[in-house]
Amino acid sequence: MSSLISLSVAELQAQLRAREVSPVEALQALQARIAAVDGTIHGYLAHDDAAALEAARHADVSLPLGGVPIAIKDVINVRGQQCTCASKILEGFISPYDATVITRLKAAGAIPFGRTNMDEFAMGSSTENSAYGPTRNPWDPARIPGGSSGGSAAVVAADEAFAALGSDTGGSIRQPAALCGCVGLKPSYGRVSRFGLVAFASSLDQIGPFSKNVRDSALLLNAVAGRDPLDSTSLEEPVPDYTALLGRDLKGVRLGMPKEYFVGGTDPQVDQAVRKAIAHYESLGAEIVEISLPHTEHAVGVYYIIATAEASANLARFDGVRYGHRTAEAENIIEHYRRTRAEGFGPEVKRRIILGTYVLSSGYYDAYYLRAQKVRALIRQDFTRAFEQVDAIICPTSPEPAFKLGDRSDDPLRMYLADIFTIAVNLAGVCGVSLPCGFAQVEGKPLPVGLQLIGKPFREAELLQIAHAYEQSTEWHKKRPAMTRQTAAETADFDN
Amino acid sequence: MNSEFDVRYTADLARLHLSEEEAAKFQAQLSQVLEYVEKLKTVDVSGVEPMAHANPVFNVVREDEPRDWFTPKEALANAPREANGLFAVPKVIE
Repeated sequence: MSSLISLSVAELQAQLRAREVSPVEALQALQARIAAVDGTIHGYLAHDDAAALEAARHADVSLPLGGVPIAIKDVINVRGQQCTCASKILEGFISPYDATVITRLKAAGAIPFGRTNMDEFAMGSSTENSAYGPTRNPWDPARIPGGSSGGSAAVVAADEAFAALGSDTGGSIRQPAALCGCVGLKPSYGRVSRFGLVAFASSLDQIGPFSKNVRDSALLLNAVAGRDPLDSTSLEEPVPDYTALLGRDLKGVRLGMPKEYFVGGTDPQVDQAVRKAIAHYESLGAEIVEISLPHTEHAVGVYYIIATAEASANLARFDGVRYGHRTAEAENIIEHYRRTRAEGFGPEVKRRIILGTYVLSSGYYDAYYLRAQKVRALIRQDFTRAFEQVDAIICPTSPEPAFKLGDRSDDPLRMYLADIFTIAVNLAGVCGVSLPCGFAQVEGKPLPVGLQLIGKPFREAELLQIAHAYEQSTEWHKKRPAMTRQTAAETADFDN
Repeated sequence: MNSEFDVRYTADLARLHLSEEEAAKFQAQLSQVLEYVEKLKTVDVSGVEPMAHANPVFNVVREDEPRDWFTPKEALANAPREANGLFAVPKVIE
């Protein structure tokens, strides 16, 4: 018998609808859990207990996500709540409106509860760039949870949330999901409205779910996907029921192993776990095909030109005039901008603004930005060609398990390379999911390993079907960190 | 090493003041990143159209119809300084 906080969204819904538990009880169980463990994890920047309790009292459990609290990354606006993007420059900012994903979650009966920690403005791979202190990995609090949505991943893994929303620009959902041992889905570009998401890199950003299993991610995507007139990049594509294909077998499914993703440089325990997962897929009836994504080695370079260029433009809005931090009396408007931004932004944000400004500046635009856009087209073409041969691509999510806090914080380039397997997915605009596929034993502790599946644009239903078939025939998703373990079955057998 | 990259000049373009320490550190770190991205120059991009984003949609517009949005009070609610229902800024014109 597992406790209330360890339930999946689907299990919680069943109990809510059977009146075995009330939305208020579910919320209070989370609040007690947060009080008990978040001092260690620091997955939340804030949680508005009173407002959530009020919403829980009036929740309609017959709705698709009725009465289910969902944790929200601190980059998504929820009316009346603080939204800081983990930056000093937005300290005290209260959202005057709901993001479209929040409007849709509320319409589905869910209760947005809690603001999860992140790298400042979603720039980072470890959540160490938060201006409010790092989040810690529930599997080993000496280690990072991944990033940038490290708070969302950690609170789901530590049973401080039933599910969460994050954002993914170059891996910021999938990589922390992998490192914390949960499921994280980056939908296709244009699948989910970004209205009300504070923009980082507008041609790459997508909002997506974190959950304890694949079905829950499908349930959340059902609620938030679809065209929004307030986001011109959201497409008219029909929204299927993303749970509809779950449970189908893998007969005839072809999975591609990109040879460029299996060339060494990956942690041996990660490589072994992923290869075992691939063998497992074969045993489930999938056909494994070697494919090539020939421009893989250029993805990180292209990303750090395009993402920083877009960020330098998007972050120009933080000028100390309409909202956010403002410097003390400056003698003129230029000094006002320079001081406001110097005081408000952290080092990684400054680095990226400068890099983005440089690659767009006169004399360098063609050499860097325009060239990166062309190589990006070639990366997209790699995926288009691969998907002529296979239904999905299978590879590691992260080249290594969680590293220790402070290990890379002064080496930006090395930190950027943590995203080597996830970045191309955003550049190509396709969808990707990370799910648990084993553990690496490091210094006597089991650290989760994530398997990444990459799907065709707008084929999240098929992608989730493929992920679900693996998940349901393995036990990895049931393993819980020591701090959350409830039963003997959850503790047993961490060997790959 | 990218000899042309000048962190102070670029930070000025971005309206960002840097301390001496930041300037030295970022100059070194970003030069390293720029050196890394140099390898894009080895890719043959002749005849390749630049890609701005993933989906083939262009010039999406909607009807410009009035709708309920912020009141002036709501719009000013997060302003660090306001005066007479307006955002206040340092003097711009001499």
